[in-house]
Amino acid sequence: MSFLIRQTLVYAVPLMVVALAGVFAERSGIINLALEGIMIFGAFMGVLFVRFVQQWGWFQAAFEAKNYLALQGFCALAILFAALMGAVFSLLLAFAAINLKADQTIGGTALNLMAPALVLFFIRILANQNTLNMYTGDAASWFMLKKAMFGYGRKDEMGFLGSTFVDKVYVATYICILVFVVMAIILYKTRFGMRLRSCGENPQASASLGIDVIKMRYAGVVISGALAGMGGFVYVLTTANCSANGDVAGFGFLALAVMIFGNWKPGNICGAALLFGLFKCIAASYSTLDINGDGVYALKNLNINTNIYRMMPYVITLVVLAFTSKSSRAPKAEGIPYDPGMR
Amino acid sequence: MKKESFWSKPGTRSVLASLVAILIGMLAGGIVILIVGLTNPSLGIKGAWEGIRLVVAGLFATGRDATGALTFGFNPVTFGNMLFRAVPLIMTGLSVALGNKAGLFNIGAPGQYLAGTAASLYIALSVPTNVIPSWLVWLLALLCGMMAGAIWGAIPGMLKAFLNINEVLACIMTNWIAANLVTWFFEGSNLKNVLEGTKSGYIYKTATVMNDIVADGVASTVGANVPEGATIVATRGGIATSKLGLDRLFAGSQVNGGIVIAILLAIVIYVLLSRTTMGYQLKACGANRYAARYAGIQDRRNIVLTMALAGSLAGAGAALYWLSGNTEFFWSTYQSLPSEGFNGIPVALLAINNPIGVIFSATFMSMLSVCGQKLTELTAFNEYITDVIISVIVYLSAFMLVIKTWISRLHKGKAVNK
Repeated sequence: MSFLIRQTLVYAVPLMVVALAGVFAERSGIINLALEGIMIFGAFMGVLFVRFVQQWGWFQAAFEAKNYLALQGFCALAILFAALMGAVFSLLLAFAAINLKADQTIGGTALNLMAPALVLFFIRILANQNTLNMYTGDAASWFMLKKAMFGYGRKDEMGFLGSTFVDKVYVATYICILVFVVMAIILYKTRFGMRLRSCGENPQASASLGIDVIKMRYAGVVISGALAGMGGFVYVLTTANCSANGDVAGFGFLALAVMIFGNWKPGNICGAALLFGLFKCIAASYSTLDINGDGVYALKNLNINTNIYRMMPYVITLVVLAFTSKSSRAPKAEGIPYDPGMR
Repeated sequence: MKKESFWSKPGTRSVLASLVAILIGMLAGGIVILIVGLTNPSLGIKGAWEGIRLVVAGLFATGRDATGALTFGFNPVTFGNMLFRAVPLIMTGLSVALGNKAGLFNIGAPGQYLAGTAASLYIALSVPTNVIPSWLVWLLALLCGMMAGAIWGAIPGMLKAFLNINEVLACIMTNWIAANLVTWFFEGSNLKNVLEGTKSGYIYKTATVMNDIVADGVASTVGANVPEGATIVATRGGIATSKLGLDRLFAGSQVNGGIVIAILLAIVIYVLLSRTTMGYQLKACGANRYAARYAGIQDRRNIVLTMALAGSLAGAGAALYWLSGNTEFFWSTYQSLPSEGFNGIPVALLAINNPIGVIFSATFMSMLSVCGQKLTELTAFNEYITDVIISVIVYLSAFMLVIKTWISRLHKGKAVNK
């Protein structure tokens, strides 16, 4: 059970953050189809950061001295860097969509094509192969929390809560949850958030109240890029041993599905992400999943093909779309370039 | 005066805008190569210059001479391969272009391409050729590939027409559903290549001849060499697109008759769009769905039909590519979508959705990919730079309208200066 919860969180948390990234962009009025591309870019930049800083040797001593606090700080820095780079990359979309009034769908598609191309081009030159790994060691030994850090011995039990939420968990997961909560509050409970959301509903009305629509939309896209970049890095950190290969296996598109399923609201997105994360987790490990600890692999005995679990999120999203398209809370002005003269 | 009117034509301006996009894309690729070359001491300016030359003229690269300098000239292999790789791009480009004409952004081409792949490979590899002649199996495989693509395209079409779901979202979802379905389909099939045990995870090439035999009461599948005393139950495979003599023109390359079929289909779509009632209705729906309905056009039927047609084109692209006989399909595709599908988008955008233009833009794209291959072969750079160029072109085509206004402003400025 604790494995299931832990693993579901590993998949759900990046989904959640990236879906929120989509919300920020769309609530400001820009369709961000480039989530996948920004994730790929952020993941690459985060791994690159880890690799370079490791080469400088600052953290080697901390690693050898088992100074976990320093290592977690290093991880947080890498997340920050990935977020920053995601934001920079998303400026391309912002510029095209806001300043040049470009077709946002095509612009997003361009970024989705550009990110893996650029990333793979540089990975091949840097590493002479298609994957960029950490310079030394592996993600688990550098960044993962383990019970040994809290004075527990090899055979000691940490209890249910401890083994679910502390042992073998990345702090990055909690950083993401924290960021998710903070950003959701910003979007809903602050003046800035209100203004940003108004630009996605009726930008001309916002402008008439003195809100700078262009600035707000830039803010929406850049925040979106930062969150997606961060989500991308956390995804490869927790599921791919901190290595970038120009691919996040459609996670950005899955996040888009989460966003729609969650009806553009943070609370619902959280639930949808957990559900989709559960499907991802089941698809990856259902054959060895012992839910209640009785030694029986219940899901394996159900004899359902892995591919069904894998495609479930997409099928569910389509079905939900089919039933809710009439009452959908999609921002009204999303995808429409802002034209101040149109009132 | 006559020349003036030529330059101010919207068609001319569109072509110019596309050329500008290509130029800027190439420039961006060149700059990336230059930066990498200058920051990398082992490459230097000389390495960067070689890289740039290959990106521009890799099609004519013939290798390196004794002194290590790049040599250029007519290379039948790269020319033929360019034409071969253009085939799926022409088809997916047509698919996206047709959608765009009807106001539907068909980002579902990868899924439709996969559906076509699965259906055509299945037919080509399972219909016994000792019962049905192999040319008929080939035709059947092509038609089934088109059919599967049509069905996969019709799903988002119906969701759009009847439930008003954004076709972009529906297409993204159906893409990934297709990726999982196709993986599932081949996972359980007996088409996984086990005879040539060199690579794992691939489906048989369609040119592979397989014999289902019964020897000593045990049924099994063997290759072309049937052991003595075994009875052949069925012969499968051995399907390949006719070369139509193109292999003599471009010796040593993979080119086949697929390119001729693709060009013919592009002409058919051109005629359909510009000379038939259906094409007119389709474009009317694209311009304004509700106005078209008011004019008596069945908009729902048209949307579904357009998406089905677009899907069948993408499916045909897949069929023509895989039925060439010597290409291998990696079946465990649940984590990735075929790039041929996505590259249909830049092909259509560059061609400004003109079916005839698609032929040229697709050939250009496949030329870029051939150049990329040469770049990997001959220098320390790699083929992904061509994807960077393509993505820059797509990025620019997102604001083609702005570029067009720039061009006309530039032109006007010149006129005033005179």
